[in-house]
Amino acid sequence: MENGQIRIQVKSLNLWYGEKQALENISLDILTNQVTALIGPSGCGKSTFLRALNRMNDLIENVRTEGEVLFEGINIYDKSVDAVELRKKVGMIFQKSNPFPKSIYENVAYGPKIYGIRDKKSLDEIVEKSLRQAALWDEVKDDLSKSGLSISGGQQQRLCIARALAVDPEVILMDEPASALDPIATSKIEELIFELKKQYTIVIVTHNMQQAARVSDYTAFFYMGELVEYDITRKIFTTPSIKHTEEYVTGRFG
Amino acid sequence: MDKKISHKPSDIAPDGFIRKILFFGIKKKNKNSLEKRFRLSEFLAEKIIAATSFVSFAFIILIFVFVFREALPIFSGYTDKQSVISDELEQETYGDIPSESSDEADRHEELHQSEEPVTIPDLLSTTWQPVSLKPKYGLVPLFMASLKVSLIAVLIAAPIAILAALFTAFFSSKWTKEILKPSIELLAGIPSVVVGFFALIVLATWIQDMFGLEYRLNAFVGGVALALSVIPIIYTISEDALSVVPKSYTEASLALGAAKWQTALFVVLPAATPGIFAAVLLGIGRAFGETMIVLMATGNAALFSLNPFEPVRTLSATIGAEMAEVIFGDTHYNVLFLIGALLFIITFALNAIAELFIRRRLMRKFGGK
Repeated sequence: MENGQIRIQVKSLNLWYGEKQALENISLDILTNQVTALIGPSGCGKSTFLRALNRMNDLIENVRTEGEVLFEGINIYDKSVDAVELRKKVGMIFQKSNPFPKSIYENVAYGPKIYGIRDKKSLDEIVEKSLRQAALWDEVKDDLSKSGLSISGGQQQRLCIARALAVDPEVILMDEPASALDPIATSKIEELIFELKKQYTIVIVTHNMQQAARVSDYTAFFYMGELVEYDITRKIFTTPSIKHTEEYVTGRFG
Repeated sequence: MDKKISHKPSDIAPDGFIRKILFFGIKKKNKNSLEKRFRLSEFLAEKIIAATSFVSFAFIILIFVFVFREALPIFSGYTDKQSVISDELEQETYGDIPSESSDEADRHEELHQSEEPVTIPDLLSTTWQPVSLKPKYGLVPLFMASLKVSLIAVLIAAPIAILAALFTAFFSSKWTKEILKPSIELLAGIPSVVVGFFALIVLATWIQDMFGLEYRLNAFVGGVALALSVIPIIYTISEDALSVVPKSYTEASLALGAAKWQTALFVVLPAATPGIFAAVLLGIGRAFGETMIVLMATGNAALFSLNPFEPVRTLSATIGAEMAEVIFGDTHYNVLFLIGALLFIITFALNAIAELFIRRRLMRKFGGK
């Protein structure tokens, strides 16, 4: 593993849905300003792992977590940690784009408003900056008051990214952000990820091998709740050290 | 092939008289034929279900027609009605021996003279005095009373019901929800006469002591009691509206670092607004039409006043109190039916608007693609 600044350090993370163990003893380091892809067949625990990084699993009943997830040196599962504060720093993009039934402007301004920014001018600035970062500004700048649900699927997903960026997170978790989009919209999201990693640390779950190979710097292969292999993406896709990984990335199963 | 297992159509015919009827018409045909068949059971089931639903629809139409027909003579046909009254009055004395004294004749004359047609300005006057030598049929105080009591009821019920709905839909655990929702909905099952009785005996005294009121029974007491019967309606529909707000909105908001209450207040509640609005409209409709509670708790004086602590006589309570004592076919009788028609139109309009809001706005909002 190359040297780099560690943003999130996961130490022997275990997670259960009721009696069923979904994650077994996962340890990996997520590096700053890199894109880390999580791959593996359906039900392998990659989405669960992603959601464990900003405690979105708290919302599901009967979830039990053991082990440590260190963010800025603090275990986020420590009793003293406020999940709300954590999620301000670790944002999330979901598989299905989910803009609020509000205007485009209100969608992006929602987070800053929640944090108490009331000044119209600073809100305007944040909205414009976030939409520009999400490469959506030019397409929507003339109808910011239109409903967030009225734009196309790809635009909606970029709107969700802009909304997440507006609260200035440090890490962005993406749960198959392009799985419901057409190839053109997908490529736009991928370009965007490439741009965003300059400022943010990105963790992305994807079903699409090519996408993982294209956008990520590091790739983690999950299988049956375990981390099989974690390495530089190029290595995972060309000379993986574990046979199982090779079989998966070459499409022999999964 | 063995003859015993070959199936002739007669072999598969069901036993018993009823089954023979049900399968009437299909017996003769080849079992394997794809030809269209007539199935009596299917035909009957379809028609019976259709007829049943049509009957309930027809009931509404019939009630509608009846109420309006009885109210109509106010605006038309007064000339022949007067003759009917003068001719047939003696026959409607229910066993009393008609006396031909001049006294009685004078009284008839007086009654006759008072039976002038009711005009729209009469109806819009502010005095309701249907039983007097010169009856006054001003509906305004009654309408105001209904409005006043309904408004008080909804102003009390809506915040309680909506917050309760928000709590059950968003904050409560599954277990709490399972207890809370049915128990609030049970509130709707309490007979209104019981609520009215409670208001009349207990609530009225409390409120009088609390505010030091002059009148024990008044619009406010009625409104509070009415709120009890409106809460379950607003609660149930609001809860349904809040529950169908997609979980993805909640997730998105929480992932942005919003607290739970912020998510509930700024994302879930606005998203469910059309449904909640509809719930409030239906609540107003219920409050407007509710009779027994207001009849018992509001004092029933047809005062024309804006003061919420004075007795009132609502539209519905007027019908409830006076219909049993009115002369069949009399102007008073017709005016009561006019009130009925008015109530009908108001609640119908409120329900229609509410329905439109739920169907159109809510579904469009969450329908997605």
